[in-house]
Amino acid sequence: MSEEIKVPVMADCFAQGKQPEILFWVGSAGSFDDRAKKISRAFVKILNKANVDFAVLGTEESCTGDIAKRAGNEFLFQMQAVTNIEVLNAYEVKRIVTCDPHSFNCIKNEYPSLGGKYEVLHHTQFIDELIKGGRLKVEGNTYKGKRITFHDPCYLGRSNSEYDAPRNVLSNTNADIIEMKRNKQTALCCGAGGAQMFKEPEKGDMDINVLRTEDALETKPNIIATGCPYCNTMLTDGVKNKEKEAEIEVLDIAELIANS
Amino acid sequence: MKYIPNILFLLLFIGAIVFFATNVKKLIRNINLGLDVDRTDQKKVRISNVIRIALGQSKMVTRPIAGFLHIIVYVGFILINLELLEIIIDGVFGTHRVFFPLGGLYNYLIGSFEVLAFLVLVTVIIFWIRRNALNIKRFATLKGWSKKDGNNILYFEIVLMLLFLTMNAADYQLQVLGAEHYAKADGVAGAFPISSWLIHPLLENLSQGTLIILERTVWWLHIVGILTFLNYLYYSKHLHILLAFPNVYFANLNPNGQLDNLEAVTKEVQLMMDPDADPYAAPEENTEEEPAKFGASDVTDLNWVQLLNAYTCTECGRCTSSCPANLTGKQLSPRKIMMDTRDRLEEVGKNIDANNGEFVDDGKQLLGDYITKEELWACTTCNACVEVCPVEISPLSIIMDMRRYLVMEESAAPTELNNMMSNIENNGAPWPYNQMDRLNWVNE
Repeated sequence: MSEEIKVPVMADCFAQGKQPEILFWVGSAGSFDDRAKKISRAFVKILNKANVDFAVLGTEESCTGDIAKRAGNEFLFQMQAVTNIEVLNAYEVKRIVTCDPHSFNCIKNEYPSLGGKYEVLHHTQFIDELIKGGRLKVEGNTYKGKRITFHDPCYLGRSNSEYDAPRNVLSNTNADIIEMKRNKQTALCCGAGGAQMFKEPEKGDMDINVLRTEDALETKPNIIATGCPYCNTMLTDGVKNKEKEAEIEVLDIAELIANS
Repeated sequence: MKYIPNILFLLLFIGAIVFFATNVKKLIRNINLGLDVDRTDQKKVRISNVIRIALGQSKMVTRPIAGFLHIIVYVGFILINLELLEIIIDGVFGTHRVFFPLGGLYNYLIGSFEVLAFLVLVTVIIFWIRRNALNIKRFATLKGWSKKDGNNILYFEIVLMLLFLTMNAADYQLQVLGAEHYAKADGVAGAFPISSWLIHPLLENLSQGTLIILERTVWWLHIVGILTFLNYLYYSKHLHILLAFPNVYFANLNPNGQLDNLEAVTKEVQLMMDPDADPYAAPEENTEEEPAKFGASDVTDLNWVQLLNAYTCTECGRCTSSCPANLTGKQLSPRKIMMDTRDRLEEVGKNIDANNGEFVDDGKQLLGDYITKEELWACTTCNACVEVCPVEISPLSIIMDMRRYLVMEESAAPTELNNMMSNIENNGAPWPYNQMDRLNWVNE
């Protein structure tokens, strides 16, 4: 494919006696979903550009169990969690960054009482840190003057009260950031959470992702920015449903920054 | 004979308090039917939440119109109740405006109570219009007792405020006429900025005898009304005026996104993962514990804070009006989850009362008889309902506990979710991809 990206694997680092600064938790979506894989690659481009010493678990990574937990299967969740924690602890991981707010919430809040205690960051928080620390320079020409609206992922926003980091990062694109009527605490869910991504919705008048896309379209955006692979899929489908895919792109913040 | 009114008042007052206390006892007993959960940590944070969210109503004003109106009624309610203290003392001892010796301060207080009573009256009328005439969805969808209950409270307040103002107007006119028992040697007791123009003009031509009868009648109706209101609370959504405070205090302080990890499961998973454990070991003897039930199918499987939540819910419907599932026409309504939980808890409580303190199986449960699977599976766990609740109720925690029961006790997940879960079990991802391919994205 396009540019080469460098993705060190934890097992190799360990063999060489190196301890990376941060572990990039790719997540199942980031590893296997065609759309989300692009987000993973864009985020790695940023990490490479900023010379971040990172690694991924690669084939040693497994599903966090978050979706199983939200579906009600606490057994499966805890089996997954214990397995992952064993691997993470063996590598003495201290800091984790992920592009998936569901993994972020799960590892940050639900792993500690099972023995997995790490500092966990959402990629927008880490990018914010890189920019503020002067490690990453964003030229900010690509999207100058474009209209971007940001959709808060539930598991970053309401679930963990992080509303600023994604907005701080977005401001570096020099685009006009336009808020939807429902934003931050009152943001409407994209419809994928709570394991809904993996099932058909119950009977109703319309699909949640279409309603949320309507919220976004009201801001007359060129781009809908997301911070979650599932939100990205849901809103991309919503934009197609409204036949606006020729005019409006749905992009992750990592992609917007990698392109800027 | 002279003391008959005093005795009558005292009996009425004590009777009302005793009846209320009996119901409070029942309320506490019912809440304690829930499982134990420890919410005694971080006392300072809890107290500051009570001050900010319950006393300060910080979450009410996120919807400014309803929030502002609610604060008027709330402040009015609390302050006018100060006057209740004088009314009770006057009732017991047969005195007249016993706090009058406070002088200027007294007039200032009575005057403010009148202004507040008037503001409450106007606000409550606006509330009635919102509830019945404006077709606001979260009110329009209420049916049966809930609809009546909401209006009953408003009627109560209108009547109480009018009685209060009439009582003041009649009292004032009696003082002006110099009636025995009412008139003070050193001027008029109280200031009446509202009743003097709203009600007083209607009374000016009445005789002293008629005025006394009127004043006594409205005085009695007012205090009886208040005692009735107090006892109505237990049967009403209006319990929130008392329970909002403990409910906020005991609320979950973890991030909204954090679901508890079931300890019973942790133990079993540890056993499964322990290479030294003997898989055929007989259960230890002397363990009288019943095997743990995973998740909740009835109210007694919920924890006591969830049951307190159910009694605290005032059915305002902000949760339902923020719920993405409900907004798109699904059956799920977080408010209904709370109302169902309370209704079932009341049913269980009555069952216990009717059977000498023992619950006798009635063949019903919260799951199925009140809350359907379809409602539970429609939830996206987005936390909008939890975030918006003015008194920190979590409908989501009940939904999650019931999903856990469906999946772990009944294996009753939707088929697609079962597929997703067996994928996670077999290859560590919700999709049927091989774990060995997890790094392929790097080279694509």
